[in-house]
Amino acid sequence: MGEFEVHRVRFFGLVPAGVRCMAYQHRGCRLALARTDGAVEVYNFAANYFMEKAIPGHQARSVEALCWAAGERLFGAGLSGDITEYDLERLRPARTVDGFGGPIWSMAANNDGTRLAIGCEDGSVKLFQVVPGGVQFEKNLDRQKGRVLCLSWHPSGTHLAAGSINFIRVLDVRSGRTAQRIMVNYHVPKSKKRECVVWSIAFLSSGTVISSDSFGRVQFWDWERGTLQDSHTVSTSAVLSLAVSEEEDSIVVGTSAGATYQFQLLPVKAGGQEKRWVRTKPFQHHTHDVRAVVHTPTALISGGLDAQLVIRPLMEKVQKKGYDAVLRKFTFPHRRLVSCARKARLLLFQFSQHLELWRLGSTNKTGKDGEVLPVSRMPEHLLQLKSKGPEHIYCSCVSPCGSWIAYSTASRFHLYRVQHEGDSISVKKVPGVPKLLLPAYQLQCASDSGRLFVASDRGSVHVVQLLEPGGCKHLHTLRPPTGTREAVYLLASSADGNWLAAVSGDWEVHIYSLKHFKHHCTVPTYSCAVTALAIHPATNNLFISYSDQQLFEFSIPEKQYTAWSRMVQNSGLHKLWLERDSPITHIAFNPKNTSQILLHDVYMLCVLDKSLPLPDNNTLLVNQSTLKQLSEPARRRQLHAFKICKKFQPLLFADLLDERCLVTVERPAVDISAELPPPVQQKKFGT
Amino acid sequence: MAALCEAFTLCGLGPTGGVGLGSGLLALEPGADPDHVLLTDRGRTATLFKVSDQKPLGCWSVKHGQIITCPVVCNFETHEYIAVHDNKVLRIWKDKDVNLDKVFKATLSAEVYRIHSLPHAEPLVLFRGGGVRTLDVLLEAPQQEIENVISDELKTIFFLSLCKYKLEQQELSNPLCFTAYIKKQIITLLCLYSSNSVYKVLIPLQQNSEEEEQTLSKSLLLNLSISGSVLKGTSFVVLDKDHVAVLGSLAASECLTIWNTKFQTLQASKELPLGTSGQLWCYGEKFFFTHGKVLTVVIYKCETSSLAAAVGKLKDSQTSDLSSFVNWNTLGDEELLVSCQSQQSVALKSESKMMVILKPMPCTSELHGISHFQDASTAAVEDELRQLLSKAQRPDFQAAIGCVISALINRCKADPMFYPRNFLVQMIQKRELSYSLCPDLMAVALEKKDVHLLQICLQRFPDIPEEITYACLKVFLSISDDYLERTDVDLESVISYIDIEPNNKEVKTEVVENGFSTELEEDGCDVTGMKETHMMDSVEFCPVGPQKAALLNAVLHSAYSETFLLPHLKDLPAQQAVLFLRYLHYLYVKCSEKINTTLPGVLSPTISQIMDWMCLLLDAHFTVMVMLPEAKRLLSSMHKFVRAQVRFYSELNKIEGSLQELQRIKCQKDSQAYSIEVLELI
Repeated sequence: MGEFEVHRVRFFGLVPAGVRCMAYQHRGCRLALARTDGAVEVYNFAANYFMEKAIPGHQARSVEALCWAAGERLFGAGLSGDITEYDLERLRPARTVDGFGGPIWSMAANNDGTRLAIGCEDGSVKLFQVVPGGVQFEKNLDRQKGRVLCLSWHPSGTHLAAGSINFIRVLDVRSGRTAQRIMVNYHVPKSKKRECVVWSIAFLSSGTVISSDSFGRVQFWDWERGTLQDSHTVSTSAVLSLAVSEEEDSIVVGTSAGATYQFQLLPVKAGGQEKRWVRTKPFQHHTHDVRAVVHTPTALISGGLDAQLVIRPLMEKVQKKGYDAVLRKFTFPHRRLVSCARKARLLLFQFSQHLELWRLGSTNKTGKDGEVLPVSRMPEHLLQLKSKGPEHIYCSCVSPCGSWIAYSTASRFHLYRVQHEGDSISVKKVPGVPKLLLPAYQLQCASDSGRLFVASDRGSVHVVQLLEPGGCKHLHTLRPPTGTREAVYLLASSADGNWLAAVSGDWEVHIYSLKHFKHHCTVPTYSCAVTALAIHPATNNLFISYSDQQLFEFSIPEKQYTAWSRMVQNSGLHKLWLERDSPITHIAFNPKNTSQILLHDVYMLCVLDKSLPLPDNNTLLVNQSTLKQLSEPARRRQLHAFKICKKFQPLLFADLLDERCLVTVERPAVDISAELPPPVQQKKFGT
Repeated sequence: MAALCEAFTLCGLGPTGGVGLGSGLLALEPGADPDHVLLTDRGRTATLFKVSDQKPLGCWSVKHGQIITCPVVCNFETHEYIAVHDNKVLRIWKDKDVNLDKVFKATLSAEVYRIHSLPHAEPLVLFRGGGVRTLDVLLEAPQQEIENVISDELKTIFFLSLCKYKLEQQELSNPLCFTAYIKKQIITLLCLYSSNSVYKVLIPLQQNSEEEEQTLSKSLLLNLSISGSVLKGTSFVVLDKDHVAVLGSLAASECLTIWNTKFQTLQASKELPLGTSGQLWCYGEKFFFTHGKVLTVVIYKCETSSLAAAVGKLKDSQTSDLSSFVNWNTLGDEELLVSCQSQQSVALKSESKMMVILKPMPCTSELHGISHFQDASTAAVEDELRQLLSKAQRPDFQAAIGCVISALINRCKADPMFYPRNFLVQMIQKRELSYSLCPDLMAVALEKKDVHLLQICLQRFPDIPEEITYACLKVFLSISDDYLERTDVDLESVISYIDIEPNNKEVKTEVVENGFSTELEEDGCDVTGMKETHMMDSVEFCPVGPQKAALLNAVLHSAYSETFLLPHLKDLPAQQAVLFLRYLHYLYVKCSEKINTTLPGVLSPTISQIMDWMCLLLDAHFTVMVMLPEAKRLLSSMHKFVRAQVRFYSELNKIEGSLQELQRIKCQKDSQAYSIEVLELI
């Protein structure tokens, strides 16, 4: 097929924020996750663990606890002292209520999701009722000294267990009184006595209270008698998190040494009645604190300060060999944080609160496969744009010519005009940007840099005209004919400027004609989330990748799937392709060869050649190294459509600058761990 | 697992019902209630017992001088009892009747052999001459003429339809006892022979042909032997689809045994020291037999046996259909019919249809032409099977496929014209089969010299015995390349390194493989005939055709154990051994050409496989190789090559430190924040 000059970029200094807390919604198979920077993400397990929603963080809005309540409503509480309800359609905090108890350390929803209990800095536990349109203060429970670090409802909703420093309390919800007070550091000799922080707690229907503490113990208490039933020391460092399965026969704990352990309630003798909690499985997936764990019916999920989300299936619960039976690790968002100005050869990196603009280097040599070419001009850091205020950036983009940069936060939209004069560069903020409904969820520049498309809520897309030398005008707002409450999260515009495709949170793909500012058609609904889409510059075919790794090609002029797409669906994609871990996050086309499409996920980049036959399950999918050994005639027999390269990992972005030039943006795991604080020291034998 | 519980006595027996053959009871038949049995002795009396209470409920006897000649049965529809005394006199009565003389009586024109009564059906009267009438037809005209069907010289069997079959004659043994059951239009006849084997005969019911007697073939179901000693069975009953109970004698004493036909194992046994009459009945999970002077009842338990149950991994079968792993719970062929209640309808139909196809097709030559038929039948069978397979998609389909293939192979063995090749190829390619699932498949393929099938088997089966691997190797080496060129062989493993077009042989001027060149290596000893040698042993050309190479690759690819393979390999003819060795040499040189010493392509042999086979072959044929003149040149060429390789690697070892340094530098380069590299995508 040919040789590419690959600009291998490793200077995107992204450090994903650590995982702070998680909440799993059993009915919808969704996991809500909050990061240390206040960002909240929702993963849809039914759609191959796709990160379906992302609400960017806020400097002042740390999230210490997340709860699903009243069906599908998501609540968060944090050190700001507020309870926040998130609007998962418009992807932003919907409303906040002050807890009036100082920083909130913990929050728990009762079994039927009608009440929220919060544990505050001042030692109070407060009850809130979940009512339509928000939460309402109900009452204060008995207050005692010491911050309430963890809370758990008894499944019947009559009692609450609260963990503080050195003690656990069980509170009667009706009377508000403390029904039991258990000292957890009672057995520690006086000389060694130090603070024992109860980090996490769980209240079982049998009346057992499970606590995990900073001494590395997991303890089982009988709450009525206040006696210790069982104690397991799992770690020399703290046990930070704890979660119980729905059947209450298994728990998972996470420690600050990065390990997770499973405990199971097992009969002492086979077939016997007497059961005990036994530590069964240890896992070490993290390098840093495991701050959050979740126990789903089929998997243990842990999230750590090393920003990793690990989904470890319980093999005894998985009946089918499939997507769910494999360990999954997610470090990077399923979003594109890099945008590329192809003509100007610029890269725009999006960080949580600033943007960086880089110019790629160049070479004047050519070489053979695998060679590293001498760099004649080094890449240049042109610009750093800091976002003012506490809000984090939702999205950003640079125009193909490189002279416009736009970004949006929750409440503000910024457009900059960048002037390149020789080697110097000047930036001017465009005044008088139209007052649009914010935030913008995705920004996309037309290929002639004349228009900017701004994805907004309720399925709408604003079209803004970019005017030289530095102005803009709101042209039109495109809206789906049926109306939706979900925000648009992906955009694609055609090269000829006639078409725009927009995907909203309900996974509908709408295509608009930009000539007439009119809705053109809707792509047939598919039961999975769209992860990336792009319009082919020559044929105006819309190429869509879904989170179940399926690929579709939809002809916009003909309003139907193309013959190639039908052929793919008929013959099916290769098994290994469908079993891949991470979703395709970007699609690009070869401008000189209409049959070639560039796709990439975190672990591979693939040039899909539609003119070649599809591989069947018996052929080698990743066959590049084999092909390289073959003679020319033998090669021809072995060729198939998927040309996969796994050399660049983990890959955050890849794009075709021109038909012979590729840019890849990698973020090696070593570089991230170098920027994390050192983990808990562990004594290794012989050191 | 089957188990026998404690025995209890139902009743004592009179002087006639004693121990020994010929004595005992006339019969024991089920009563109207599941707990009732009807006992008919060899004299004049019939007694109705309630088994759980061990007490008689009623007793009827005929007059002095008369004798009951046919077991009393119960008509389940009317709750009447039917008996025949003095061969021709039919009596029908009810529970409340006391005196048999006063009940309904009909005198028939022919002697009655048996009356069969089944629930929900009119009782059938079987005459000694072979005629059959239903009771109501008979009672309309008791004196009607009854035809004689049985002729004496043949061993024939009757079933409820009037068809005649001839059983294969078994030399040296006679059938002792028969039993049969009907399952979906097929009669399964089990037959205990005096050779202590139980055979199974399948007889289809819907048979529209009016031709002559058909010969039924039978298959061995069970061999009654317990570690050396042989059980002499006299009577047996079928308990369920894979259990039979046999009453017989083991050495001196008699015993009751339960056998599992699926695993061929003895499940339970009970010694009967007082002797039996050799009769065994079984109604409602209870055995009835005479033991000494009494009629004994033994309750048994017989659960569906499975390997999973045996090794203690039995899971709830309800969840099994979720699983796509091989389901050991339902492994077995007959079991498919019964155990999978949920999917029964489809499965049953398909299974029974299959059986119809797989039974030997009768009268082939008479009905059809000679050449035409073979194609037609094979194609038809393939077609039918394919349809069935496409319909049934079940998790335990695997096991069923194994059975189907075994059945097909059995048919192939019986009928040399029958060979559904395409179907077999498709099956092996699509399903995860193994050698042990269909052991005779490869033997048949070897016999037919079906190299393509053998190739696929070698590639796919994980458990081929070394003997078969060797047999394949021998066949592959013996077949000429010309013949192979015309056959369809999967060339996937060779196309990557052998040029298939024969005219495409460009001779490279100099080949340097991993630092070795044949020309450069000088060795004075074999100057004579150097040119010929070059032609013969040249490693540039493959010594075998691509088809043969692909087949040999399949052999190289299969798993083996040296200890078991070596004795077989010694039998390989010297010429073939040399040819194989030459090919291995060629592969070895080809491998060494590449920096990573692997051959390109799918399923191509690895260097360790090549080396292992080379060593094995040399071990097996060392003396022969030393003696053969053509082998000498090959050996010396190999020797030189190996020596060069050794030298090359020792040199590499010396510069290992420098290479590591290079590697380190490369790594350092990798960690740079920016680089421009060349990537070739093919």
